[in-house]
Amino acid sequence: MKRSPLALFAGLYLIFLYAPIILLPLFAFNDGTIIAFPLRGFTLGWFADLANTPALHEATLNSLIIACSVAVLATCLGLFAARAVTRYKFPLKGGILGFIMLPLVLPEVIVAISLLVVLMQLGINASIFTIILGHTLLCMPFAIAILQGSFAGLDVSLEEAAVDLGETRAGAFRLVILPIVTPGIIASLLICFIISLDEFIIAFFLSGNEPTLPVYLWGQLRFPARLPVVMALGTILVTLSIVLLIVADIFRRRGLRRTGQSETGGFL
Amino acid sequence: MSSTPLIQMQDVHKYYGAYHALRGITAEIAEGEFFSLLGPSGCGKTTLLRAIAGFEEISSGAILLNGADMAGVPPNRRPTNMVFQSYAIFPHLSVEQNVGFGLRRSSMSVGEKTQAIGEALEMVGLGHLGGRAAHALSGGQRQRVALARALILKPKVLLLDEPLSALDRKMREDMQVELMKLQREVGITFVLVTHDQEEALVMSDRIAVMFEGEIAQLADPEVLYRRPATKRVADFIGVMNFLPATASGRSVEAAGLGVADLAADQMPAGPVAGACTVGLRPETLSILHDGEASMAREASAEIEEVVYYGDMTYYDVRLDGMDTTMRISMRNMVGRDVLDVGARTRVGWDPRAMVVFPD
Repeated sequence: MKRSPLALFAGLYLIFLYAPIILLPLFAFNDGTIIAFPLRGFTLGWFADLANTPALHEATLNSLIIACSVAVLATCLGLFAARAVTRYKFPLKGGILGFIMLPLVLPEVIVAISLLVVLMQLGINASIFTIILGHTLLCMPFAIAILQGSFAGLDVSLEEAAVDLGETRAGAFRLVILPIVTPGIIASLLICFIISLDEFIIAFFLSGNEPTLPVYLWGQLRFPARLPVVMALGTILVTLSIVLLIVADIFRRRGLRRTGQSETGGFL
Repeated sequence: MSSTPLIQMQDVHKYYGAYHALRGITAEIAEGEFFSLLGPSGCGKTTLLRAIAGFEEISSGAILLNGADMAGVPPNRRPTNMVFQSYAIFPHLSVEQNVGFGLRRSSMSVGEKTQAIGEALEMVGLGHLGGRAAHALSGGQRQRVALARALILKPKVLLLDEPLSALDRKMREDMQVELMKLQREVGITFVLVTHDQEEALVMSDRIAVMFEGEIAQLADPEVLYRRPATKRVADFIGVMNFLPATASGRSVEAAGLGVADLAADQMPAGPVAGACTVGLRPETLSILHDGEASMAREASAEIEEVVYYGDMTYYDVRLDGMDTTMRISMRNMVGRDVLDVGARTRVGWDPRAMVVFPD
């Protein structure tokens, strides 16, 4: 097989993209404080150090609280929006949906600064609560995109059939609609969780004195001696993200199969 | 059959905003009847069916089931069940769970439910498929599951919304016969919505032909076919030749066909005088091959088009003195040659087959 220049380009592109991420675990297990080759030896010491850093635990707890709240909040709102969009016709539908999707393309710095200005004007202090608000805004487009896929393949007469067979509207939703869109809900929860967990800019602007994990990581970069610990934490975060993303996509695909739709590529 | 009709529709109107979807539907459906709503898409037949099911609220008039006014009664409290056009099989449940869905709220024991589900599946010929996942079914099997799921609740009325339109031709013809048998077996009133005139003629006891939200004619299949009330009904059901004519009383004259004195049921309801239209079905006309029996009326004609269908041949012929052509369908038989375009022949017909429409 002849190797085309495009294949070479693609190979270089992938190396450029992922080499830094591969370096992360490499130095996380390296027995030396200086981030440079040659590697010195294998150690789990940096991971052990993570356990003895109370400030880190606090940041982790903050991040988890925020990510869980955002996942639930964005998915619930996304559920309403996705059902409304796929099921009903109403004026300005396209415009409203466009506005919800806008954070997807707006520069995050702009969104973060605007949010900060608004919150200041309203007299609300930056806290975990404000980060939750910011992240929900950011996650809504993803939640809607995923859930819309689940609802789009849903035959309206399924719900009518359930009612026709004796169920109430609420019963029909619980027994028929919900089970069919559940994979989509789980996928949305996981994706929103990861996005919130990894997000830095909005968290940085809105965190006040309650840092999230990425904000804490950024703070640690000022101390060269702490660098390997940062690498260790980064390794954990990257692994967690990849695992959750894979699980989320498995659920999303299962959902599509359930409603009899064919695969149309990833959701991103 | 009880004396009060099972379903009574009294001057039913339905508006969607300014759009007048149902324009004063009045009809009665008896218990045990196979009743069809037939019409082109957009004629309101599905809206009417959904109104009987309770999915559409009517704007005025009344729908009575078993003598009780159904206004404000939700679908889950009506003695009706529906087979949806898409079948609406719950994809996350097995065949058995689908069929048993409606029994969730019944007071039956688990054993009784299992038995009822088994019987319902047996009835539609799916006894062996109970455990299968719903998304692994073929189109015909889905339809049977939808039937079993609706019939297990022993409704007073089974509503069917174009149930055969998703099947291929062969399967559709088989299912038509099966549906008829099933209906006779269970004795439940069936109300069928279809745009397929053949389907309606084959299966129904009575048919309501609908155009633009109104019932154009309500009759049994034979009357509907032989004595359509309007040109539009005649044109929608089967094929009919329309010829310009003039009438005075029941004496009707058409160019090429001569004068005929017709019976009362061949004439339109209102009085006709002057210009009108005569209708003749293609199979009531005959090409009189040499040596074949003569008919009540005969005329010379020229063949202008021949369409050979294997079992049938369709001829477009022009009778001497006629401006337009008429279609004639002839069964192909041994010893009966297919004639060529341009051939001269004799055409026979019987005035008793004529129908007159006002212009």
